[in-house]
Amino acid sequence: MDNIQLLLQAPVFSVQLLVDGVLVGAIFVLAAYGMALVWGVMNIINVAQGELVILGGYVTWTLFTFGVHPLAGIPVSAAVLFFVGWGMYRAVVFRLVERDLFVSLLATFGISILLQQLMNHNLVFGPDIHSADPGLGSLLLLGGDIVIANIKLAAFAMALAVAAALAVFMKRSRAGRAIRATAQNNRAARLMGVDTDRVYALTFALNAALCGAAGALVVMVWVIHPFIGIIYTVRSFMIVVVAGIGNVAGVAAAGLGLGAAENFAGFILGAEFQAAFVFTLLVVILLWRSFRLGRRRQVLR
Amino acid sequence: MTAARAAGYAALVAVAVAAPFVLPQYQSQLALLWVMVVLALSWDIVGGQMGYNSFGNIVFFGIGVYATAVVQRDLFFDIDEYAHAAGGVASQLAPLEYLGGLALGLVLGALLAVLAAAVLGAGILRLRGHYFAICTLGLGIAMGEIAGGTDYIGAGSGLVTPLFPELLGERNRFFYFYFMLLAFTCFGVLGAVYRCRFGLALNAIRDNEDKAEAMGLRTTRYKTIAWCLSAVFLALAGGAYGNFIGFVDPVDTAFAGPTLGVWMILMAIMGGRGTLWGPVLGAMIFHVSREFLWTYLLGWDRMILGLLTVLIVLFLPLGILGWLRGRTAGRAAAAGVKPSAAESRPSSSTSQPPLSESQP
Repeated sequence: MDNIQLLLQAPVFSVQLLVDGVLVGAIFVLAAYGMALVWGVMNIINVAQGELVILGGYVTWTLFTFGVHPLAGIPVSAAVLFFVGWGMYRAVVFRLVERDLFVSLLATFGISILLQQLMNHNLVFGPDIHSADPGLGSLLLLGGDIVIANIKLAAFAMALAVAAALAVFMKRSRAGRAIRATAQNNRAARLMGVDTDRVYALTFALNAALCGAAGALVVMVWVIHPFIGIIYTVRSFMIVVVAGIGNVAGVAAAGLGLGAAENFAGFILGAEFQAAFVFTLLVVILLWRSFRLGRRRQVLR
Repeated sequence: MTAARAAGYAALVAVAVAAPFVLPQYQSQLALLWVMVVLALSWDIVGGQMGYNSFGNIVFFGIGVYATAVVQRDLFFDIDEYAHAAGGVASQLAPLEYLGGLALGLVLGALLAVLAAAVLGAGILRLRGHYFAICTLGLGIAMGEIAGGTDYIGAGSGLVTPLFPELLGERNRFFYFYFMLLAFTCFGVLGAVYRCRFGLALNAIRDNEDKAEAMGLRTTRYKTIAWCLSAVFLALAGGAYGNFIGFVDPVDTAFAGPTLGVWMILMAIMGGRGTLWGPVLGAMIFHVSREFLWTYLLGWDRMILGLLTVLIVLFLPLGILGWLRGRTAGRAAAAGVKPSAAESRPSSSTSQPPLSESQP
C-alpha cells in the first residue's frame, strides 16, 4: 500500500500511468473487435484469440530478425494471419457454426493448446521470450515528468486507424454488408443469395488479421512468448462483455479503460499480480453483471 | 443388484487390489490412474450431469494441494529451520505425525474447498453457457497467479512436502491404495446420488434450467451442492497428490489448468459425459494410452493433446459410451428417425438413472 501513498504524493505519476494505460489499451481494442465480430456474426467465442495475437507477434519478430523494421511488420502480420484465419476456418471452425456452444468453446480451446505447443516447439519458434525494438525513442511531457514511448503513441494511432477502416468497411462495402446481413439473419441472407459460408470464412479471417496487427504491436511494446496468449483472450472477452457485441464505440472505451485500470493495478499491487488482476477482474465483472440482471430475474445470455 | 453385476464388481475390485503386487514397477502410474478417475468423475457431476461446463474445477484440487501441504508444514516443521533453508528442506517425520498431518490436512482442505465452492458458486453458478465457462477459466488461472505471488505458501518457488516415513512401507503403494479407495468412494457416492432425486434434478437443470425452476426446483441450491460435492473429491485427491508428487508448484502441481484441468474435461467427454461409467472409461483409456504412447512422442505430446481435444469434440461429442448407445438405439429403432448424435445432448432417459428406480 506504500505505492498508493506514492501516487498521492506525486500526482503526476498517476498521469503517467493513466496515459500509458490508455495508449496500450488500444492494442486490446483491436483483438476485442475481432472477438466481437466473430461472436456477433458466427456466435462463436474464439478461445484461441490470444494465440492468434502471439502468432502475429512472431511474424513481425521473424521479419525483424531479417532486418525489416517492425512497423512494416504490422501489415505483413495482418496479411499472414488473414490466411491463417481462413485456413483455420476451412479446417475446423466451419464445423462449429450453428453447433452447441460447448463444442465451439472446447474446440477453439483445443486449437489454442495446439497453437501454443506448436509455437513453443524448438523447430518452430521455441520457448524463448522475444521482442522487436522499433527504436522510436520517447516523448517527454510536462518538463520530463511524463515519459511516453513513441511506439505506444504509434500503436494508439494505428489501432484507431484500423478500427475506423473496419467501421467503414462494415458500413460501406458489399462484403461488409453481407457480413452484417448474415449476422442479423443467416437464413434470410442465404435466401438473398449471400454465400454465408464465404462470409463466415471472411469474418474469421478478418478477426485473425486484426489479431495479427495487435500482435505486431504487442511484440514492439512488450514481449511475446508462446504461453502468454490466454490473457489476450480474456481481455478481449472482458471488453466485449462490458461493451456489448454490437457496440463499436463501447468496445473502444472499455478497452482503453481496461488498459488504464490494469496499469494502476500493476503499480499498486505489484507487477507479479497484474495478470492475477486481469483474471480476477473478469470474474468480478461477470458476477457484477449477472447480479444486476438477477435482480430483474434475468440471466446473462 | 443382480448376482452377475455383483460378481463383475467383485472381479474389478480384485483386479484393482492385485494390480500393484502384480505390476510393482508401474505402481506410481497405476496410482495416477485412480487420480485421473477421480478427476474425470468429479468433473462430470457439474459438467456432464448438470450441463455446466466448468474449465476451472482445478481450483478445488489446488486448494486441497495447498491446504494439506501448509498444514503439514505448520504442524510439524520447525519454522526457523524451514525459513532458514528457504523451502529447500524436507523434514523426516514419525509415521504417526505424518499420517496425522496428512489426515488433518486432507480434512481441512476438503472443508476449505467446500467453503470455496459454496461461496464462489453462489455467484458464479448464476452464470450460464459461455459466461460460466469463461468465468471458471479465468478463476482457475487467477488462482494459479495469486498462489504464485503469495509468499506464505511459497510463492513461485513452491513448497516441499514432508518425506514419506519408511516405517509405513512403500510410498507408492500407500498412495495407490489411498487413491484407489478414493476413486471407489467417489464412484459409489456418485452412483447413489445419480439414482436418487438429486440426480434427476441435476439432469433437469441440464435439459432446461428455466423449466426446472418453474417446476419448483431450487436450482441455485442444487447447483451449489453439486459443485460442493465435486469440490470434496477434488480436494481429497489434490491433498494426497501434492504428497505423492513431493513438491507443490503453483502452476504445475496445484492449479495445473493446462494439464490436469484440461485432461479432466477431455477424459469425461471421451468416455461419455452425463454417464456414470463414461468418465471412468475415458480416464482409463486416456491415461493408459498417454503413458504408453506419448513417451515415444516427447515434445509433441501436448500438441497431440490439443489436436485430440479438437477431434473428440468435433467427431465424438457424446463420447465412447454415448456413441455405443446411439448405435444400439439406432439399430433398435431402425425405422424411426435416428437422433443426430452431434446436436442432441444425452437426454435423461438414455443416460442414468431409470425413472422407476427413484419413484416409489
